[in-house]
Amino acid sequence: MDLTIAGILALDGLTNGAIYALLALATVLVFAVTRVIFIPQGEFVAFGALTLALLQAGKVPGTVWFLLALTAAAAASDLWRGWRDRRGAARTALRMLRTAAYPVAVSALAIWAAPRGWPLLAQAALTLALVTPFGVLIYRLAYESLADASVLVLLIVSVGVHFALVGLGLFFFGAEGFRNPSFWEQRFSVGPLVISGQTLIIFAAALALIVMLWLFFEHTLHGKALRATAVNRLGARLMGISSTDAGRVSFTMAAFVGALSGLLIGPTTTVFYDSGFLIGLKGFVAAVFAGLASYPLALVGALGVGLLESFGSFWASAFKEVIVFGAILPVLLWRSLRDPHGEEH
Amino acid sequence: MTSSLRRRAFPAFALLMLALPALPVPDFWITQSNYIGLYALVALGLVLLTGVAGLTSFGQAAFVGVGAYTAAFLATKVGVSPWLTIWIGLALAAAAALVLGAITLRMSGHYLPLATIAWGLALNYTMANMEWLGKYDGLLGIPTLKFFGIDLGSGRPLHVLIWAIALAAALAVTHLLDSRPGRAIRALKQGSTMAEAMGISAFRYKMLAFLIAALLAAVSGWLFAHFQRSVSPSPFGLNKGIEYLFMAVLGGIGNVWGAFLGSAAVRLVEDQLQVLLPQLIGTSGNFEVIVFGVVLVLVLKFAPDGLWTFVGRWAPAAPRARDWEGAPPLPARDKPVRGELLLEVDAVRKAFGGLVAVNDVSFSIRAGDIVGLIGPNGAGKSTTFNLITGVLALTGGAVRWRGQPVHGLPSRQIARRGVSRTFQHVKLVPDMTVLENVALGGYLRSRSGALRAMLRLDREEERQLFAEADRQLARIGMAQHGNELAGNLALGPQRLVEIARALATDPALLLLDEPAAGLRHKEKQALGDVLRQLKAEGLSILLVEHDMDFVMNLTDRIVVMEFGTKLLEGTPAEVQASPAVRAAYLGTEH
Repeated sequence: MDLTIAGILALDGLTNGAIYALLALATVLVFAVTRVIFIPQGEFVAFGALTLALLQAGKVPGTVWFLLALTAAAAASDLWRGWRDRRGAARTALRMLRTAAYPVAVSALAIWAAPRGWPLLAQAALTLALVTPFGVLIYRLAYESLADASVLVLLIVSVGVHFALVGLGLFFFGAEGFRNPSFWEQRFSVGPLVISGQTLIIFAAALALIVMLWLFFEHTLHGKALRATAVNRLGARLMGISSTDAGRVSFTMAAFVGALSGLLIGPTTTVFYDSGFLIGLKGFVAAVFAGLASYPLALVGALGVGLLESFGSFWASAFKEVIVFGAILPVLLWRSLRDPHGEEH
Repeated sequence: MTSSLRRRAFPAFALLMLALPALPVPDFWITQSNYIGLYALVALGLVLLTGVAGLTSFGQAAFVGVGAYTAAFLATKVGVSPWLTIWIGLALAAAAALVLGAITLRMSGHYLPLATIAWGLALNYTMANMEWLGKYDGLLGIPTLKFFGIDLGSGRPLHVLIWAIALAAALAVTHLLDSRPGRAIRALKQGSTMAEAMGISAFRYKMLAFLIAALLAAVSGWLFAHFQRSVSPSPFGLNKGIEYLFMAVLGGIGNVWGAFLGSAAVRLVEDQLQVLLPQLIGTSGNFEVIVFGVVLVLVLKFAPDGLWTFVGRWAPAAPRARDWEGAPPLPARDKPVRGELLLEVDAVRKAFGGLVAVNDVSFSIRAGDIVGLIGPNGAGKSTTFNLITGVLALTGGAVRWRGQPVHGLPSRQIARRGVSRTFQHVKLVPDMTVLENVALGGYLRSRSGALRAMLRLDREEERQLFAEADRQLARIGMAQHGNELAGNLALGPQRLVEIARALATDPALLLLDEPAAGLRHKEKQALGDVLRQLKAEGLSILLVEHDMDFVMNLTDRIVVMEFGTKLLEGTPAEVQASPAVRAAYLGTEH
C-alpha cells in the first residue's frame, strides 16, 4: 500500500463514517430519551434511498402506501382508545384527524408529484417529508404503551419492529435494488486524490446536522426538555415535560436523520429493501463505542468504523463485515474496563 | 385440575414424544417434531437466560452454527466420529460464550445482546467466506448418526434421540431452577446488589446462565447437522437468532415448557405462512417475518408471559412438600464472644464530586451491642451503611471487621465474613416463595453447584437449607407463610422476610437499613418484638433508622449524624437530653 491508496481508502472510510456518525447520533438520542435500543434505525436509510429512486423513475414510491397503512393503524388505535376511555365522538375524531392529517396530505402530494419529474432536490425534500413521519408512527404503535418497560423488553420489541419493517419493506418496495444519481457530479483533484461533489455534500450535511443537533440541545427549550427527560423521566414529567412527547420528538428526529442518511448514501452504493440493517448496525457499533451516551464519542467511533471498513475491505475484502463487527468486542472490553459498574436498577 | 396433573403431565408427555416414531404418524409430522425438538433446545437456553436471569442473546443461532459446523467439518473432512465431535463443538461454543460473557457481563444488561448481535453477524460472514467451510454452499454429505450399530437415519429413529436430549435438558433446567444455584440465577433479575449481599457472585451466575444457553444451542446444532446431513450459513444467521428469541417469548419466556410451546407454534405456523403469504401477496419472499415481528410486539404488550399463560393455569405449581424434618443443621460459624470488638468504622469519608456525603465518621460495635444510627433526612446514614457493606467505595478512612480491614472488598466478601443486611427498599424475588427467598440467605453455608443440581444430587443439602429457612421464619413468627409468593406479601411481612433471609446467613452482625420505614403501627410493634427477641438471643445489630421512638426503645447506644458528620454518640437517654440533637431534628429558636 502506498500513500495514494491509503489516502483514497481514508477518504472513502471517512465518507462512510460521516453517515454512520449520523446514524450513531440518532441511536444515542433515541436511547438517551426513551431507553429504546433502536435496532431498526437503518431501515429509514433504505426507505429514504428507495423512495428517492422510485420518485426518480417517475413512480409513486411504496413509501406512500406504507405510510398510509401505518397511519391507518395509528388512527385505529386512536379510535380504540377513544372508545375505551369514553372520550366522546368529537374528541376522538379530532385526535384521529390530527394523527392522519399530515401523512395523508404528504402522501397525496407525493402521488400528485411523482409522475411530474420534479428536480432532484425537490424530490429529495419530498422524500424527507415522506419518511420522517414514520418515526412517530412507529413509536406510537410499538413503544408508547411500553414506555416504562425494562430496557430488555424494549430491545426485544425493537427486534420485532425490525422484522416487521424489513418484511413490509420487501412488500412495498420489492426485491429490486437501486442506485441514485449524485446530487453533485463535479469532481475535484487534490494532489493524487479525487474528491467527488457527493463526498463534499456528505461531509457538509453531516457537519450541518451535528451543529444543528448541538444548537437544538444546548440552546432551545425543546432540546433542553429532551435532555431533562433523558436524565430523569419522572423528574421531567413533574416539571411539565411530557415524556410521551419527548419520545415522539426523538423518534421523529431519528427518522429524519435516517432518511437523510439514505439520501446521502444512495449514490454511493446500491440499496435494497434490507440494506439498511447492516448500515444501521455500523452506526450502532459506533454508538456502543460511545456507551450509548456520548455524542462526541459516537462521532469518533463512527469515523473509526468507516476507516476500519475501508481498510478492512482493501486487505481482506471478503471479511470486511467480520472485521467491523468483530471490532465491537475490543470496544466492549475497553468499556467494561473503563466503566465496570454499569448496573441498572 | 390439581397439581397431580402437573406431576403426571411430564412422564405422559415424555412417553408420547419418545414413542411417537413407533405410532402411525406420517413422516411429515415426524420431521416437524424433529425440528420442534431442535428449536426447543435452543429456546430452553433462552428461557434460562432471558426469562430467568434477565439477560438476552440474539446470537444463539451462531452457537447452533458452531455445533453444526464442527460436526459437519470434522465428519466430512477429517472423518472424526460424531460421538467425539459433539464434545469439540461444546468446547468451542463454551469458549466463545466465555469470551463474550467475560467482556460484557460486568456491564449493564444491554451490552450482552449487543455483543451477541455482532458475534452472530461476524460468525455468519466467516462461515460464508471460508473456503474450507464451503462458503455459501456449506458442507454436504454429513453421515447419519450410528448408535451401537443402529443407523439413526434422519427420521424416526433420530426423533427418539432428539427428544430424549430435549426432554433431559428440560428436566435438568427444571431441576436447576429449584436449587441453590438456580435460586441465585433467579435472584439476578432484581439487579445484583441483593444477590451480592447474600454472598452470590452475580457475574458468575450470569455467566453460568449464558454458558448453559450456549451449550444447549451447540447440542441442537450437532443434532441439526446429522439430521439435515448438510449445513450452510443461512440457518445460523442473525435472523434465525432473533427467531429463537421469538419462540421463547411467544411460548412463555419465564417457563421451561414455554420453550417447547413456542418452538412448536413457530415451526407449525411458519410452514403455513411460507406457503400462504406469498400466494396472498403474489410474489415470493420471506413475508412471514412481518407476522413474526408484529406478533412479537403484541405478545410483549398484551401477554408478556406468552402462550404458556393459557396452558399453565390448568396445572398450578404444587406447594413444596415438607421433606426437611430432621435434616442436620447447616454449618455455623464460631460466634464472637460478648464484648469482642466486631466492627470499627474509622474516619470514613465519601465524596460524590464536590459533595461530602459522609465526613470522617467513626464509631464501633462490640458483640452483643445494639447500635442505632439516626439522623434527619440527608444526614448520610444510608451512605454510611453502603460504605460498611461494600456497596459504595470509600473516599477515605477505614472499615475494620474483627481487626481486619474490609473496605474495598466487594459486598459478597463482606457477607462471607459474617455481616448480613436488609434493604431500605425491600429486595425480595417476588416470584419465589417466602421459603425460597429465605433459603437464598443460606447460599454461603451450602456448596452444591449447577451440575449436582441438574442431576438432583443436591437433595440432602436442599433439605438442610429449607430446614434452616423454616427455622428462621419461625424465629420471626412467619412459619405459616412459607409457601406464599414473596411478591404477594404486604410491606411489613416483606421486611420481616428480609430479616429472616439475613438471619439465614448465620451473621455475627446484622445491619438493618430503615426496617421500620413505611410500616403501619401494628407492623412496627411486631418488628420491635422480633428485634428485642434477637437482642435477647445475643445477636449484634446496627440499626439505621428514622423513627426516634422505635430506636430509643431498642438500642444500647445511638450514633447521631447530621450533614454527613457525627453529631453525638451516647445512650438513648443522653441522646434524648441533648439540645444539639433536638436542634438537628427540630431546628433552633432564634
